[in-house]
Amino acid sequence: MIVDPAPEIATMQRTVSTALDRIVADLRRGKVGTQGLLIVLAMLVVAFSLRMPSTFPRLTTLQAMMFQLPELGLLSLAMAIPLIAGGINLAVIATANAAGLLMAWILTALMPAETVGGTEVLWLLAALAAGLALCIVVGALTGLMVARLRVHPILVTLGTMTLLHGLSIYFTRGRTLSGFPDLLLHVSNDTVLGVPISFILFVVVAGFVHVLLTRTALGLRIHMMGSNLESTRYSGVDTSRVLVLVYVLSSVLCFLASVVMMARFNSAGADIAGFYLLITILAAILGGIDPYGGFGRIGGLFVALWVLQTVASGFNLMNISPQLALASWGFILLLVMAAKRVAAAWQSRPRG
Amino acid sequence: VASWVSALFGRTEAALAVAIVITATIFSLASPYFLTAPNLVDLLEAYSVTTILAAGVFVVLVSGGIDVSFTATASATQYLAAYLVTTQILPPVPALALAAALGIMMGAVNALLTHFLRVASIIITIATSSIYYALLIYITDAQEIYNLPDWWSNRLSFFRYETADGDIVKVTLPIVVMVVVLGLTHYLMNHTRIGRQVYALGGNPEGAARIGIGILRVQIFAYGHLGLLAAVAGFIQAGRVHQAVPTALNGQELNVLAVAILGGASLVGGVGSTGGVVLGVLFLAMLQNGLNLLGVSSYFFGVVIGLAILTSVGMTSFAERHARRRRVRRAE
Repeated sequence: MIVDPAPEIATMQRTVSTALDRIVADLRRGKVGTQGLLIVLAMLVVAFSLRMPSTFPRLTTLQAMMFQLPELGLLSLAMAIPLIAGGINLAVIATANAAGLLMAWILTALMPAETVGGTEVLWLLAALAAGLALCIVVGALTGLMVARLRVHPILVTLGTMTLLHGLSIYFTRGRTLSGFPDLLLHVSNDTVLGVPISFILFVVVAGFVHVLLTRTALGLRIHMMGSNLESTRYSGVDTSRVLVLVYVLSSVLCFLASVVMMARFNSAGADIAGFYLLITILAAILGGIDPYGGFGRIGGLFVALWVLQTVASGFNLMNISPQLALASWGFILLLVMAAKRVAAAWQSRPRG
Repeated sequence: VASWVSALFGRTEAALAVAIVITATIFSLASPYFLTAPNLVDLLEAYSVTTILAAGVFVVLVSGGIDVSFTATASATQYLAAYLVTTQILPPVPALALAAALGIMMGAVNALLTHFLRVASIIITIATSSIYYALLIYITDAQEIYNLPDWWSNRLSFFRYETADGDIVKVTLPIVVMVVVLGLTHYLMNHTRIGRQVYALGGNPEGAARIGIGILRVQIFAYGHLGLLAAVAGFIQAGRVHQAVPTALNGQELNVLAVAILGGASLVGGVGSTGGVVLGVLFLAMLQNGLNLLGVSSYFFGVVIGLAILTSVGMTSFAERHARRRRVRRAE
């Protein structure tokens, strides 16, 4: 039996044309936000699926992407919060690696080799607590320096980045530490109903950060501070306290990223994931976070991460060099910026 | 005393000079080898590439921008020159000229994108650096070029001198190029119209535009200058390590930025001097070398740079606040 496809095509056309109308309307109002990015994502998925119908639109592809997304995702969240607050944290990777090394050192050098069962769990918890404590201290000190010195966080975090990386190199002599308890490795390699645990962790954390930024007083203050630090101070907000909290939050997200990275690579080192630093900024800005502070949604960042991951996975399946995926990330960022520019020019055009 | 302190620390360059004199005294007391000609000349040569890059970055910082793509430019131009020369497509001089032109062009692309997209230059250069690097590694397949011709990898020395204990002091090409680059940059920034316009743009973009300075022209100058110096640094670096590698300077961009900032260039633009760049490099070079001579592990050096950056940031902030307080008091 052959079903007449005409009504379905008509419905589809209607849906597409309403969607297009909405996009054009948004563009006219100078808005190229999450919708624009969602369209890019949809186009990428469709293009890759048409190109590789037998390999790309598969659950295994989706699962592979879910395995790879959390580390860059958590690090980008760690970058996004200071950016929204009008700052930046160049030390995200260095913090994550330092915490990873501390935890790795506890698990490989301090923990006796034959530890099993309950004792192993205790050791693991102790290591995690130490890593978390280190990140909180780093974040609090960074926040205090940014607040007290009143210099741009680029400078402060350039310093903390160099210092933390230097300490990691000094204590490890540039070596990597590996061989962690299986318990920790489960974090990255196990799945629940097919979804990797690390991905669930990332989604929960991203949801938490979203709620924190949009539904709490602290989130409002972070946005206000990103728009105008001085007027926020004059309106009675303890900006020093908020700054400390911003960098503590950022560092705690680095801690979570370091746990995911340790579990995924089964190793920790001073130079792991170094090239992610600029990519986290790229992801945040692609997701619509204003690099000058004050504006940005975690939802946008989430979509941006999927765009980057789709390009990477699609290119990988097509056997295209990962280098070209990186290059196209750069192109996508420039294209989105150009689209915003055109939209802004269209909005402010002379009207007669 | 307070006014003396703030006068001294008000200029980062002056504070750095004092810090350099103090460290130099300590190290020369601790190690007799420290203040010897061979050691200092080796030091200069080791830091020539960083200094040339920092001289370029400093101009972009003064213009109020920031650039993290210059290491990609240095690697790309270095590779292009090495490829053209080793395959003998072009004789040396046109090959180097073409590589330099590529460097200027890559810089100009950053300026054009920053100007027309009206986006912070850090974002543009993050995007372009990932594009430049990725394309470079893709095109070259990450293959090194080893067989550089002798004129490139043999260290040309302009001046040779043997000390009493038989140590040889050689003033080599990297040192000469570094001095020339610093001299020219200093001249351009202080004694030409375009150089002063860079300061004007960085100090007050709106004001600069109002008095009729062509913003785009100044930006193309600043980023193009950095692109050209990146090409020069890439050329020197390849000669020093006897090979051209597509990832030659990958990851160095923040270190070079740190040097320029340590030397007093401000991230908000309008402030900085070539002298400051020299002092910044000198300070870090002396710290590294001195600690080495004292037998401190070279692995410790990252910690020292980090502390130096944080200290300098703290001191600048202290000086600024002190100066502001003094102005307020005078006004009252």
